Order: sequence, then C-alpha cells, then structure tokens
Amino acid sequence: MKLEMKDSPGQLVAALKPISDVGGNIIAVIHQREPDSTDDTLSVQIVLELPEKKIDSLIELLHKADVHIQRIGHERLLYRRTVILIGHLMHTDLSDTVDRIDTTGFAEVSELAMSMPAINERSSSRLTIKSVTRDDMDRAMGILHKVANEKDLLLIEPLEEMA
Amino acid sequence: MKVAIIGMGSVGRGLIEMIATKDLGMIVTGIADSKSGIINEHGIDLQKALVRKKETGLCGDPKIKAMEVVTNAKYDVLVEVSPTNAETGEPAISYMKTAMQRKKHVVTSNKGPIALAYKKLISLAKKNGVELRHEATVAGAIPVFHTIEHGLAGNEIYAIYGILNGTCNYILTRMADEGLTYEQALLEAREMGYAEADPTYDVQGIDAAIKLVILANTVWGNGVTLDDVDRTGINLLTPDAIRLAEEEDCTIRLIAEADRRTDLLRVSPRIIRKNHPLVVNGTLNAITIVTDMARDITLIGRGAGSVETASAIIGDLLFIATCYDRRS
Ligand SMILES: NC(=O)c1ccc[n+]([C@@H]2O[C@H](COP(=O)([O-])OP(=O)(O)OC[C@H]3O[C@@H](n4cnc5c(N)ncnc54)[C@H](OP(=O)(O)O)[C@@H]3O)[C@@H](O)[C@H]2O)c1
Repeated sequence: MKLEMKDSPGQLVAALKPISDVGGNIIAVIHQREPDSTDDTLSVQIVLELPEKKIDSLIELLHKADVHIQRIGHERLLYRRTVILIGHLMHTDLSDTVDRIDTTGFAEVSELAMSMPAINERSSSRLTIKSVTRDDMDRAMGILHKVANEKDLLLIEPLEEMA
Repeated sequence: MKVAIIGMGSVGRGLIEMIATKDLGMIVTGIADSKSGIINEHGIDLQKALVRKKETGLCGDPKIKAMEVVTNAKYDVLVEVSPTNAETGEPAISYMKTAMQRKKHVVTSNKGPIALAYKKLISLAKKNGVELRHEATVAGAIPVFHTIEHGLAGNEIYAIYGILNGTCNYILTRMADEGLTYEQALLEAREMGYAEADPTYDVQGIDAAIKLVILANTVWGNGVTLDDVDRTGINLLTPDAIRLAEEEDCTIRLIAEADRRTDLLRVSPRIIRKNHPLVVNGTLNAITIVTDMARDITLIGRGAGSVETASAIIGDLLFIATCYDRRS
C-alpha cells in the first residue's frame, strides 16, 4: 500500500504501529519523496503481509493516526520460495549472499536455516525468499544463480508444477 | 515373427528367457554377443543358448561376428541390445542401419544411437518402410512412448518431467531414510548392483540427460542434443541438505524436465514435496506428461532390470507384429 504522511519524525512510526497491531508483517518500506512535491508530506510505500480480513481494521487504525492512504495494492499475493545452498557458505560470506537478495528492494530472505558440519567441510543452508510478484521472484532466483555460480555453491531449487 | 538379437547381456538374456518360456509367437534366428554369433533360420534352441552363454561366456561360434548375424540371418526384426556408447553410438548405429537397409524393423534398448542419431535413423526407417522403436531406452519397463503415441494420441504434449535414473533415486532415498552420506549411499548402491564401478554417468545426471534428449527428440522432433541440457548431478549433495528439506515436509530428488513451451531442458536435484506423485522410492522411475486435453498423467515403474526391460522390448515387438501381421 502507498501511504502519505507528514514529513515529521514520529509519523512513520505512527503509520507502522497499526500494522503490527493487527498482526501484520512488514516486508519492505520504500520512501519516496516525490520530486515535484512542494509541501511537507512524505510518500511511503509499504509492502506487508496481513492476516486475512484484517485490512479493514488496519485502514481504520491508520485513519485514526491521521495517515492518508493513497493506494492499496489489490490483494497482492506474496511469493515464497525455499531453496537450499550447499558449499563453503561461511567461507564465501553467507551474509553477502543474503544481502545480494535483500538489497534488491523487491525480494528478501525471510528465513535462514543452517547446518554447520566440521570445519572445512561444505555446509548446507535453507533460505526462504519472499517477493511481491512472480517476476520479482524470478529475478531474485536469477541473482541467486549468479551468486551460486560465482561462489561455487550448489543451488537446489524447488520443483514448480509445470501445468 | 523372426527375431535376431544383438547383445546377450542382462537385457538380451531376459528377452531370450521370456521368448523361450512365454508363448509370444516369436522365433529367434540369430544371436550375437561381443565375441561370437549363432544363426539358425529354423529357430535357435534358446535354452541351450542360455546354458552355453552361462558356461562358456559365448552365445555361439567365435568365428561368427555380430555384423554377420545382422547381415545374413533371416529375421523380421533386429533387436539391438548391445552396450550404450554415448560418444559415437557405434557399432550399434551400423547394425541398425544395415538391418533397415535390408528392410528389417529395429527394436532397441540402446540409448546411444537414439540420442545421437535419431533423426537420421528414423528417416532411414521411413525410407525403407520399417519401424524403429525404442521404448526400452527411457524408464525401462514404463511404456512412456506407447502412452504418448497411442494412449495420448491427439493430445498436445506440453512438458515431460520426472525421475529417469534409478541409481540416483536409490542413493537419494537412502540418504533421506538413513541419513547416509552420499559416499555411503553410493557404496551401498554398488554392493546392491544398482551402480556401475564408474558411476559418473548416473550421478552426474548424464544418463538422465540422455533420456531427456531421447524423449524430446521422439515427442517433438526438435533435434536437441546432450549439450542442450542444463545439467547438475547429485554427487555434491549433503545429508544436511536433505534434512533441511525434510524439515519442510519435502525431500530432494534428481528431476529431468523438458518443457516445449519454454524450450527448457534441465536435469538437476530439486526440492520436492514428500507427497508429490514423483517422489518414488529406491530404484523406481516416474514420469509426468503434461498435455492439453488429458492434463497430467504420471507413470511409475521399474526403470531397469533384465526382465523389466525385456517387457518394453516385447511390447515394441508385438506392436510391430500386430501392425505388420507377420507372425511366424
Ligand atoms: N540393464 C538394464 O536394465 C537396461 C535398461 C534399459 C536400457 N538398457 C540398455 O540396454 C543395452 C543392454 O544393456 P545390458 O544391461 O544388457 O548390457 P550388458 O549386460 O553389458 O550386455 C551387453 C551385451 O552386448 C554384447 N556386446 C558388447 N559389445 C558388442 C558388440 N560390439 N557387438 C555385439 N554385441 C556386443 C555383450 O557381449 P559379451 O556378453 O560378450 O560381453 C553383452 O552380451 C544397453 O545399451 C543399456 O544401456 C539396459
């Protein structure tokens, strides 16, 4: 959803609080100071996961907090894909691997499980990646492929139904 | 129907045993292995040939070469079951060409010639008005080509994907069930006779890729080759990776997939739901065919084995017998 609020420090927090109040999960917050905007309002795009049917109470809470909703994306499905990486993960800077996805702005690593065998042995990790659209997910996978190639990691993807 | 058989290994012997014990309306007029051959236009005594092979290692007379059987024996169908040569397809390609030039049908389980020279061989078959059938080359006993050609006739085939290598599937099953390392599971597969001394072809996904190439060429005639397959094997998998998949109710299997809509050709280990129909255990194979009318069809069965592979060959032989009505 796209929100509009006063460009003052407390405002963003005020806007984000109702989201957690209704049990939502914030995935990304994108600030956009519109170039032609002369007034002191701030546009913020928030990608969030919301329990079903909670959207109405969220809207109400936001209204009460004086936050103006410019646009609500249409029930945007969240794509979730779990992959496994095998290789010298620490050696090849796992946090950089995760960052390469997280810094895209359109996808993020939401879960990471890891096994650590004896030192110098290859380790295995499971990453769950989330994105807003299918295209974004494919782009994120493309990045992961590239990183896996660079770092000589084995990337195991899920089998997608082909029908 | 008169049949000549080139190769008397696991598959050849399975076939000969079944022809000898079941009433299939076939007589065998020629047999050859790597070092000998036997020709008898009235029908070879198959039990004797099996015993001789077992006791001496030879099926017939060492003076008779396989090519002589192909060229001189009187038969309607040549069954080519010599070893797969994935580099050149020879000498099987030459055997097949010679037989077809003699206007004889060919049935084979040999992946080399079909993966490397399908276009040439099939046009030679057409030119000579004979059949070239290779049901046994992909997924052993599973009648995947019969299903597509006949059962699914009129359907557009969008995609085919599945488990085409029993050795890999066995290794992955054992790693998942017993927490074995890849090396331990491979060792066990060898002891069970499921893996070759040099397992490279299986574990690096080459065997599955060859079968994928055969499927794509047969079904879509698109002329793809082994180099077109994006391929990753299972040899770098860890038990931890499988455990991480299992925590999400999934497992890992080596999946071969061909999609005509996206030109995708890929063999790779994949995370797959444990209750997915393609998750079969041990050395089993499984194939899903995605079509426009029937939608998805999944076939599961034995991908190898002496008599199992013979089953696919006999299916092809009897198909030819029915179509050409040349029972002996
Ligand atoms: N085994 C399976 O379950 C299975 C399943 C599907 C497809 N296939 C394919 O079916 C074919 C046969 O498999 P297999 O397991 O029976 O192999 P195999 O046990 O190795 O037997 C091969 C047979 O071919 C003979 N041979 C070797 N070189 C020859 C030559 N130059 N000319 C004539 N004969 C020759 C061998 O002779 P000697 O006896 O003298 O060594 C042997 O009798 C292979 O192409 C394989 O890829 C096998």
